[in-house]
Amino acid sequence: MRPVIPYVTAALLFGLGVYGVLRRRNAVLVLMSVELMLNAVNLILVTADTTARAVLPHSGQVFALFVIVLAAAEIGVGLAIVLQLYRLRATVAVDDVPLTESPDPVGGREPAVLDSEAGR
Amino acid sequence: MTGADVLLLALGAVAVGAGVLVVTTKHLVRAGLYLVVCLGALAGDFLVLSAELVAWVQVLIYVGAVVVLLLFAVMLTRAPIGASDDLDRPGWPAALIGGGAGLGLTALLVDAYRWSTVTLPDAGTAERLGEQIFQSWVLPFEVLSVLLLSALVGAIVLSRPDIGRAGPHGDGRAADLVDSEPGGRR
Repeated sequence: MRPVIPYVTAALLFGLGVYGVLRRRNAVLVLMSVELMLNAVNLILVTADTTARAVLPHSGQVFALFVIVLAAAEIGVGLAIVLQLYRLRATVAVDDVPLTESPDPVGGREPAVLDSEAGR
Repeated sequence: MTGADVLLLALGAVAVGAGVLVVTTKHLVRAGLYLVVCLGALAGDFLVLSAELVAWVQVLIYVGAVVVLLLFAVMLTRAPIGASDDLDRPGWPAALIGGGAGLGLTALLVDAYRWSTVTLPDAGTAERLGEQIFQSWVLPFEVLSVLLLSALVGAIVLSRPDIGRAGPHGDGRAADLVDSEPGGRR
């Protein structure tokens, strides 16, 4: 087995993920690109498990499992944030999100969907 | 070139091709479906690399759960059916940084490993990985379970508007709910 093949695959997938995160406007597509990057890291970990003989056997695969669990937690919280953003602003375009909220909603964009509990 | 190399090349080509389509397609739903192809090809890669348990966990969690969650999010945010033109930013910096990262890592790894061969270790079955997880890595495993629980609670708090939003201007009902519920306290 030549380890350079999965390593190059993982490097290219990571580059694609970085490109997607920077290029896409839709927050769901940004999350998909993050998944691509996490999977590239998983492939690197599993391949390194075959090339490096560590003291503890199968450490790379154990770490890959941990990364998969982390990705599951990340996608849960990320999608909750995306849905909350959609509920507030009726858009999921990440460059429409103001990084600093103006104190009065006059200058900023009005929240498109007002929910009753906000009291505004 | 052995059979494993040919398989790795083919699956890697499928994964990278599907990845390119994920980041370039104009259809939101198709991006999710290409992601399934990419993750499935990676699961095949894991199988060839003798990581059985990781491959099946990948199929279960990624292809089964994460992609379904992403498709739910696509539907819940009322994504348009068909091609949409406003998915992308003008992207020279993105192409520069992404291409730089990908090609730089490729050059680094190719230079490190050349065309060398290794023999595959014994397969990472559930038995062997379970021994490792529950002997050497049991503390990270437990910490990870706490993290999953907190992510679950966080997602619930985020998606329920009646907890976490109630300030001094909120009505009494919401404030009472916050005070009486231990999940709402942070």
